[in-house]
Parts: sequence; C-alpha cells; structure tokens
Amino acid sequence: MTDIPANPSGKASRSLPGMGWGAKIGWIVLLAYTVYAASLLEITWTRFAAGLGHGARFLGRMFPPDFARWQLLLQDLAESVEIAILASAVGIVLALPFGLLAARNLMPDWVSWPARLAIAVCRSFHPVIVAILFVKAVGFGALAGILALIVASIGFAGKLFAEAIEEVSLKQVEAVRATGASFFNVITFSVLPQVLARFIGFSTYQLDSNLRNSTMVGIVGAGGIGGTLFAAFQRFDYDFVCAILIAIIVLIMLSEAVSARLRATFQ
Amino acid sequence: MNGDQRAWERFTPRQRMARFVAYFGMVAAVAVSLRTIEFIPEFLYDAPTQMADLFRRMWPPDAKFYPTTVHGALVETLHIATLGTVMTVFLALPVGLLAATNITRSRTLNLFAHFILVSSRSVNTLVWALLFVAVFGPGALAGTVAIAFRSIGFVGKLFAEALEEAAPGPIEALMATGAPPASVFTKGYWPQVQPAFWSIMLFRWDINVRESAVLGLVGAGGVGMVLDDAMNLFRWQQVATVLLAIFAVVVAAEIAVNHIRKKII
Repeated sequence: MTDIPANPSGKASRSLPGMGWGAKIGWIVLLAYTVYAASLLEITWTRFAAGLGHGARFLGRMFPPDFARWQLLLQDLAESVEIAILASAVGIVLALPFGLLAARNLMPDWVSWPARLAIAVCRSFHPVIVAILFVKAVGFGALAGILALIVASIGFAGKLFAEAIEEVSLKQVEAVRATGASFFNVITFSVLPQVLARFIGFSTYQLDSNLRNSTMVGIVGAGGIGGTLFAAFQRFDYDFVCAILIAIIVLIMLSEAVSARLRATFQ
Repeated sequence: MNGDQRAWERFTPRQRMARFVAYFGMVAAVAVSLRTIEFIPEFLYDAPTQMADLFRRMWPPDAKFYPTTVHGALVETLHIATLGTVMTVFLALPVGLLAATNITRSRTLNLFAHFILVSSRSVNTLVWALLFVAVFGPGALAGTVAIAFRSIGFVGKLFAEALEEAAPGPIEALMATGAPPASVFTKGYWPQVQPAFWSIMLFRWDINVRESAVLGLVGAGGVGMVLDDAMNLFRWQQVATVLLAIFAVVVAAEIAVNHIRKKII
C-alpha cells in the first residue's frame, strides 16, 4: 500500500468540483440501505436515546473499578495467557504442515485442495462456536479453550503460511532440487530460509490474536477470564466488570509490545 | 579467534543473545503453562469418541429447520454485520484522523486516539455485545453497536497507517494555494487513501460476518440465538443445519470480498 497512485481512476480530476455521479449514487444507496436495515432490525431513535440514558447509569456503576478480588482476577488472567501460549505453540506447529500441503506451487492439486479446504473450514467458524463443540467433547475447562484456539490457529496461520510459501522464488528450489536433494532437504534449504522471517511475524500475530480470543472463550465455559467476566455481568457486578476489562486491555497492550520486540529480534 | 582465521558470522553476539533469550522465553513459557494449567488428561483421550458421538447425533442435518427459522435469523445476522460496518465508517474516520501523526500534530490527541483504538481492539466483540446488551437490552441493536465498536480499532488503525503513508506532494501543493484544512483533506488525502479505506472496510465486513454469527450467544441478535436455543435443547441435527448455513455464508462473503477487492485495487 506504499505506492497508491494519487489519482487511481484517472477520471477524478474532471469531477473535482463536488463528487462524481458514481460516488453520489453510492452514498445514496448506502443511506437508503441504512434506513431500510435499521427499520428491519427495529433500531429506532427512541430506543437508542433510552439506551443512552441506561448507558450513563451503567457507566456510573462501573466506576470506580473494584479491584478487591485481584487474586481471582490474576489467577484467571494467568489461565487465559496459558491457554493462548499452549494453543499458539501447538497451533503453529500444526499450521506449518497444513500450510506446506496447501501451497499450490509445491504440491499437486490432489494434495493442495483437501489441505486448502481443511484450512478454510478451520477459519470459517468463530472460535466461540468451535469452543462450544469442544466443551461438549472434552468438558468444561481450559482444555476446550486450547483445542478451540488450536483450530483457529490452523485456519489463520495455515492460510498465511500457504500464501507466503506460494510467493517464494522457485529458482532456489530448482537449484537445490538439481543437486538431488530429498524432498525434506528441498524444504529446509530452499523454501524455509525464504519464508522464516515472515513466518515468525505471522506467529507473533497469531499469539496476539489467540490471547484476545482466550479472554473470551470462557463465556461458553472453555476456561480463562471470560467465565468470570460473564458471571460478573450476570450478577450486575459492574465495577468488577470494569476492573476485568481494564486488566484485559493492559494485558493486550503488553502482549502487543512483546510481539513487537520478538518481531524486531528476528528481523 | 586469531586475526587470520576470522570466520564469517551471520549475527553479532548481541543478536545471538537476543535470539537465545527469545527462544528460551518461548520454551519456558510453554513449559510453565503446561505444568500449571489445569486439565484432566483422561478427557483428552476420550475426546475422539465424544466428537464421533457428537457428529453422529448431528447427521443428517435437519433441512426442514432452515426455511422456518434459520433463514430469517441468517438475514438478520447479515444486516447486523453490514449496518455495524456502515456505522464504523463514521466512527472510525475521525479517530483515524486523530491518530495519524501527519494530520493531527498534537501528541496528546494522537495518544488519546491510540488509546481509543487499542481499547476497541482489546475488548472482544462478544464482550462489547455483553456491554451493549446491558445498555440497550437484548436484540439486534446491541449487536450492531457492538460490531461497530469492535471495528473502530481495526479500521481506525489501518486507516491512520494509510494516511501516514500518503504522499506529501499534493498536500503541500494544496496548502500552498491557501486551501482550508477541510479541502486539503477531501482533495489531498482522501483521493490517495480512498482505495485503501474501502478495501479495509470490505475486509472488516468479511470479519464482521463471522463475528455477528456468535453475537446471539449473549442475546445480541442474529443466527447465534437460534444456535444457542438448538444447543440448549440438545437438538444436534438443528445445530448442524445452523453450522452449515453459517459456513456457506462465511465462504460466500469471503469469495465476494476477494472478488471486489481485486476490482477496486
């Protein structure tokens, strides 16, 4: 996105005073859709205004945040972090073969299509839905959360890995292949060196994403701080809710900083 | 090492140290997590049987359930995702402008905007939905606003980055003519970032379609409510129908977005 031309369509200069017809029609369609969809979903101004009143009271009850149960808070946060770390470790290790099998430049069609389908299935379902299924399979607790996030990691990291492998230069692959190297040597000495730095970037991104999701899978009973958050909501403990939300935001900011450091180390 | 026999080394000692610390940290984190997390290994051994049982109960999907209940809820889900994304256009634009360092010259305002962006991204859509269900009551309104609030962080961050990468030439030219700030934005920045902006919005819409499918689990409308009901009643064949419908919509949305993105970029 670095070199977007200043005038992408080449026509905009003629319509500089005001908007072009296409843009005008586009905005009108958007407005019409908004009104139509809002009426369909029964979103009305009175409900919205009433909500704002509720919102003010709600915010009033959230402050000041209540950190009295900080031990429970820290314990749950730690469980969320553990879920994210284990899910990322296993998920990324599993995503590597999936990504490799799905790369169309290295694999024949009959291998890459099933692998691409598996990745697409993993990606299509929201982690919460997968978590519900795993709660049924392995019971309540962190294990269901870990398994759900492993599936999500295969879906997202696997797709990015496959795309990165599809972009490698084939010259080096041919050179290594010409020496009579085995398939695994071709992968380790010609493909991997070209994609390793990007893989590490994707992996830290996945860790961040898993951490965000691990704070939420608890809503369906799959471990972590989400369960406590949901319980606090249902008991109208809004000041504790506020404390949990602040803790989550701080945790995510910390994790983004750590990921940035990790990426810098391996650049 | 003797002067004559110096060997080429790819990394400086400092880099090697940093890498070692990073690897060590990763292994230690995994080891500590494995040792402290509470789970019962027997449940893991049992999982394949349980999963097989679950899928057996789901098969065949209840096709009659789709036209009566799922279809309407699915359409509602799509409307929640789309309307939430439309709301994001108006919410994320000002925050993105405040966050872009080349447009807003005040460090305080930049930091304030970044705080909004990080908060929006850190709180999950489901958690936003919980908050707005408490504010607006259960229903699609809470879901729509939750989708919009979660999207601000994503869209605003990428939009601010696109603004910061905009070429300064046209902007300086406009400023030299004495154009007011509003005109500098609409004629200088907007044409440069417009393709990026719409492609970010499309990308976010695709994500929102996925996310809006689960909003119903906390009572914020859409197909998730049907899913929740079917699951609470253990009607697994109906659950299978809902899951298949969600899968079809998500795949269709992704194909559509990829198609449109190729056209506008």
